[in-house]
Amino acid sequence: MTTTPRWRELTRHHLFWPVVVLVVLLLVNVPFTPDFFSIKMTDGHLYGSLVSIVLFGSPLILVAVGMTLVIATGGIDLSVGAVVAITGALTCSYISDQADQEALSGVLLAMGIGLVAAVVCGLWNGFLVARMGIQPIIATLIIMVAGRGVAQLITDGQIITVNSEPYKLIGGGYWLTLPFSIFVVAAVVAVTVVLTRRTALGLLVESVGGNAEASRLVGIRSRRIKIMVYVFCALCAGIAGLMISSNTSAADGNNAGLWIELDAILAVVIGGTSLLGGRFSIGGTVVGALVIQTLTTTIYTIGVPTQTNLVFKAVVVIIVCLMQSPKFRAKVFGAGGFGGKRGAKQAATPTDTVPTSEAVRKMEVS
Amino acid sequence: MTTTTQKPAAPDSRTPGTAARVLGDRRLPVLVTAGLFLVMYVIGLSRYQNYGFAETQVFLNLFIDNSYLLVAAVGATFVILSGGIDLSVGSVIGFTTMFTAWMVERQGLPLVVVIPMALAVGAFGGYLMGYVIQNFEIQPFIVTLAGLFLFRGLCLVISKESISIGDSSVSSMAQTQVSLGGAFLSIGAIVALVVLAVALYVLHYTRFGRRVYAIGGNEQSALLMGLPQGGTKIAVYTMSGFCSALAGLLFTLYIQSGDPLHATGLELDAIAAVVIGGTLLTGGSGYVVGTLFGVLVLGLIKSLIQFEGTLSSWWTKIATGVLLCAFILIQRTMTSRRKT
Repeated sequence: MTTTPRWRELTRHHLFWPVVVLVVLLLVNVPFTPDFFSIKMTDGHLYGSLVSIVLFGSPLILVAVGMTLVIATGGIDLSVGAVVAITGALTCSYISDQADQEALSGVLLAMGIGLVAAVVCGLWNGFLVARMGIQPIIATLIIMVAGRGVAQLITDGQIITVNSEPYKLIGGGYWLTLPFSIFVVAAVVAVTVVLTRRTALGLLVESVGGNAEASRLVGIRSRRIKIMVYVFCALCAGIAGLMISSNTSAADGNNAGLWIELDAILAVVIGGTSLLGGRFSIGGTVVGALVIQTLTTTIYTIGVPTQTNLVFKAVVVIIVCLMQSPKFRAKVFGAGGFGGKRGAKQAATPTDTVPTSEAVRKMEVS
Repeated sequence: MTTTTQKPAAPDSRTPGTAARVLGDRRLPVLVTAGLFLVMYVIGLSRYQNYGFAETQVFLNLFIDNSYLLVAAVGATFVILSGGIDLSVGSVIGFTTMFTAWMVERQGLPLVVVIPMALAVGAFGGYLMGYVIQNFEIQPFIVTLAGLFLFRGLCLVISKESISIGDSSVSSMAQTQVSLGGAFLSIGAIVALVVLAVALYVLHYTRFGRRVYAIGGNEQSALLMGLPQGGTKIAVYTMSGFCSALAGLLFTLYIQSGDPLHATGLELDAIAAVVIGGTLLTGGSGYVVGTLFGVLVLGLIKSLIQFEGTLSSWWTKIATGVLLCAFILIQRTMTSRRKT
């Protein structure tokens, strides 16, 4: 392998492979829609495939960013889809009860109520995981199962439609020529990055994910950190729920945010954050979420029948996971390691090939 | 940790009569679930006795209406006992209904040929997932998630619309009633009970069953003991795939159509039934009988809500969630007691 040091450094960067996948997916579109990258100005709004990818991907990015922190502490949050549904249902049902749906104060109050409900869900998850010591996957399963029932209870099994201009803004409106939701996402991502990378918080989260007990012994309040990330994740899901329901001007307790937890976990994994906890990458997650949204868009534009969408997604998940598995890389590219354990161990010794050195980095994390 | 690999199935384990021992008894969750089922049933009897709740058929309907869930949950029990998780259950069921309907209706193949094919496809899917989980050390959660997408996608590839089955052999099979003195069971329910019996035998009286417990209890110890861990893991997922496909066939019989959206989210019901049945999600502790009671409790919730009449269907979800929560907390207090 002809690798100059700089090239090797580049391929080793944790964002390299996710970005490559994203760029390849974007380029695949060009032969089918030649003006894929062009962005037009119509009615003072920017339109174009790239803009719509970010617009439709924004709820997923939000949920995935929250999920990244949860996964970084070694947990997982399955309840985000249900939280999306509950938030949308509460907010829409409050707005639809108003005499004047256009009133800004009423809309803000409704959004506040929705987000408070999301935070309560997050607190409950955090309480079960951190205080009661229940496995995250099970603790969050409770709201995942019951939450949709609650959302349907709120909407009374109906799809509530609202007709409110101010509320329409957050998910479907435009501001400074761009979709407003892009600004919301940018703000949330920026706040998260600043909080986790410019303060010690990110380090604490990684430390709790690496070893919760050891972190506690060195004086980190690991329980508090855990509760915090679940609340943050639920809050992100709540904002995403506002966006989804505002975009369609309707709250659907059954289908809002259906499977978004799986897409979000997938985005986190594609972004290079290990499901075992420890090191995380917000940038990677954003790229991962964009990859998923681009994949969906690509499937539409290249004319693959839409029903194969899920099969495509499955194939991509499998490929990405296999590429991330140190054992798989050791077997396929590795230094002749055969058979289970031995292959992985050989990959752990520093060799010249790029994939195996990537494996070393991964193993250090876990 | 000390008790997790101890005789998992010994029916006559030593029981010193102290309260701590009772609380530490790993059969307690199953008894609690069985007790809950009885209490719920008695409540149903007292509330709806004028509406025919007491009839044997109402009780047997629990088995008829939940036969597919029981089979799927038995498969999930094996996976969860081994410390893994299988999210693809619902999708495989949906795929099997679609596959069977398509083969029988569109291709005109006889049911006798289609059934083994459907089972083989499900088992092979499970085998592949197990293979990837074992050999590439990817988390079961992610691998079976990919399986969930794949099978649901394949459903849609076969057809976007639902295919109803008009084949006479299917409908006659679906309508066959095996009478049990005044009441009857469907073929699906009997298949489910047979699966349950086989699972009981395999789990408690074969070497394979012991290995499943051992791996779930502590994978590292099982490996050091020299158990063929890889083969067991793959076998567990294969079995879950097979059970899901079988559940899919029962579902096809029950509903007599194939639809790409059949059984969406059924994996959650299956996992909930297993947890309510007292199996630890960390693996290594639990019984198939518990799963039976878990499924019966979920089924009873549904029929109680039907008998009540005024409650909407979403109360089923809420009640399931609340029960799930209660049982997880019970499990938690039990395991923390065992450790100290």
